[in-house]
Amino acid sequence: MNESLREQLLLLPEYFQGHLILTLAALSLGIVISIPLGIWAAQSVVVKRPLLTIVSIIQTFPSVAILALVVAFLGGQIGIVPAIIALVLYSMLPIVRNTVSGLETVADEVVEAAQGIGMSSYQILTRVRIPLALPVIIAGIRTAAVWTVGLATLSTLVGATSFGNYIFTGLQTRNLVSVTVGSIAAALMAVVLDSLIGGIQWLVENKNQASSEKKYKQVKYAIIGALILSISFSAYSLLPEPETDFTIGGKGFTEQYIIAGLLSAELEAAGFSVEQRLGMGTEVVYTATANNTVDVYLEYTGTVWANIMNNSNNPGRDAVLAGVTEFIEGPEGMVNIGALGFQNRYALAMRKDRAQELGVTSIEDLIPIARDLIAAGDLEFFGRPEWITLRDTYNIDFAQKLTFDPTLMYTAINEEQVDLIAGYTSDGRIAAFDLLLLEDPRNALLPYDSFLLASSTAAENALFTETLESLVNAISDDEMRAANRIVDVDGGAVSDAVAYLQSVIR
Amino acid sequence: MLDWFRMIELIDVQKSFDDGATQAVANTSLTVAEGELLGLIGESGSGKTTTLKMINRLEEPSYGEIRVNGHNVLDQKPEELRRNIGYVFQGIGLFPHYTVARNVAAVPELLDWDETRISQRCAETLSMVGLPIEEYGDRYPSQLSGGQQQRVGVARALAAEPAVILMDEPFGALDPITRVELQEEFKRIQTDLNLTAIMVTHDMTEALLLADRIAVMKDGEVLQTGTPRELLNQPQHDYVREIVEMPKRRADRLEQLIHSS
Repeated sequence: MNESLREQLLLLPEYFQGHLILTLAALSLGIVISIPLGIWAAQSVVVKRPLLTIVSIIQTFPSVAILALVVAFLGGQIGIVPAIIALVLYSMLPIVRNTVSGLETVADEVVEAAQGIGMSSYQILTRVRIPLALPVIIAGIRTAAVWTVGLATLSTLVGATSFGNYIFTGLQTRNLVSVTVGSIAAALMAVVLDSLIGGIQWLVENKNQASSEKKYKQVKYAIIGALILSISFSAYSLLPEPETDFTIGGKGFTEQYIIAGLLSAELEAAGFSVEQRLGMGTEVVYTATANNTVDVYLEYTGTVWANIMNNSNNPGRDAVLAGVTEFIEGPEGMVNIGALGFQNRYALAMRKDRAQELGVTSIEDLIPIARDLIAAGDLEFFGRPEWITLRDTYNIDFAQKLTFDPTLMYTAINEEQVDLIAGYTSDGRIAAFDLLLLEDPRNALLPYDSFLLASSTAAENALFTETLESLVNAISDDEMRAANRIVDVDGGAVSDAVAYLQSVIR
Repeated sequence: MLDWFRMIELIDVQKSFDDGATQAVANTSLTVAEGELLGLIGESGSGKTTTLKMINRLEEPSYGEIRVNGHNVLDQKPEELRRNIGYVFQGIGLFPHYTVARNVAAVPELLDWDETRISQRCAETLSMVGLPIEEYGDRYPSQLSGGQQQRVGVARALAAEPAVILMDEPFGALDPITRVELQEEFKRIQTDLNLTAIMVTHDMTEALLLADRIAVMKDGEVLQTGTPRELLNQPQHDYVREIVEMPKRRADRLEQLIHSS
């Protein structure tokens, strides 16, 4: 526990810096954009309605969808830019709304007095209405700040470093310490920012109140102190990081974290500096590699074949690998360093005792009995072309098809709530729960050979390519399953699994 | 009429709202001489405030001509016109985020006076209304009593040395003792500075005691204009008689009470 915590805290400076940059940049931009918009809306009824409607609608979009849309809109660019744009869009509603209502609630008699003594509309706005609306506007900024800190954790999904790295890595690798550290860190940052802006709000509100002057001065100095502290802290953390040689990408599940760790270790041993951007979706990390933002990551032939090349046939393991290599090295301009040796494909799996009872060893054996069985898949399996192919090739369907989060899917079969699952062949839980993988004599299920997909610029570096080629065909299905089991079943750290793989490679 | 200067003139002024559907002010002509205090009296809805606001173009007349200091107000930019006319507001209208001194300095600042002149003038006007700047200058309006706030309102209206001052029920929100105190002080200042002033009020006693002349308005029309004595002795209209009688009757009643006890 202590060791695990120490390991997590070592990551804190990097994640803190990433999170702080995202939050401050998004909030500053949000303020700079939203306050003028709010002022404009308060002057013009024609602008007000549509503007408030638009910012409210943006708010109702699921935040993950906004992130994905921004990435798509930017032509696949990942990292801090799409994350900041999405956060800015989210920060707009409270600031715009409060600016409008703050300006509207300034007492009519004060505005009339300003008019009566000869202020122009512009002077009334800048000298009277905005200063008087300021506490309400700041309250809006305060709300936006707290939202932004919370939502910034999702930036991890598009490859921007934040406290979300703790949370998503932790969720995928069942590391609760990591999830807890990430959540507490984000909450603390939100609380600090909230009290800081709340303090400024108090100062503005009480400037002209008959409150005790001593207290006012105390709060003022406390806030100025805290501001100086956080500004210098942010300035320090905004100092440019030393540029790393290579960026290792990865998707959001255990095997990806382990292989990314292995790639980092091997490249660092060869003398390179590396950084990791993990937890991304397939679409995001693939495009990033094509753009040279990510230099190498672990991909699977079936994923490229079906999801990116949009093929629905299955010409066999070797043909798929050849077709995928030709595709990525041709039109896409990337490089296949080589297959690692293990597959992570879908396979139908049953408890061994249940399989024996039914006399099943291959999918063909299911044909007469499938109608009476309950099957479970992950969130996407029954919606993928592979299931359609499987269904049509063997002409089978099940009594019930349930979808689960992968962890719960394994629990369900282990506790005999379902008869069979669509599991992953490299999953550590196959061995741990003593499951039988059913044979697929008609080759309905696509092969998913794991291979290292590298960017064109990175592959030009001979030492880089040479270092990674040492991993080609070095990891068997059993070895990868064992490595995954260390994290998923035995509760070990990713670094333990990396160390295990290094020991079997040598 | 020729031996004194006509500081404010309203000639045949009309004001209607909603494209002529509501007539707020009908065919009004008024003249205020230099140094004179005109009381504009009437019930709410009589058009007295609208008449006042047309003089500094807070409202634009639908018809007719208004001259201040000999110049048609429509020939001047509204902001510039207003900076040269003092205005005391109903409900005071101080800027809550400005200190007393900054409230008073507001108009001179708009006129781009230099700083020394502004601070000198602030001290001067604040002492004129009985609020020494050393003690009150740094306070905020919320830290003052209602009477003190209205003193600041008067000081603000006087700060830029206007020749003309418009007042919209300036003492209406004050308690009776403060009101009388402030009325007397204002009358003294107005006389000392030879200010031309129009004061809108619904309080006939106030008008009779302070104004040099009074214009009585009802339903957008001026029924009668005259000195307090003229209105009391020769009311030309039932309504005028009714409203000037009221304070007189109350004064008589007080007289009786004093003698009977």
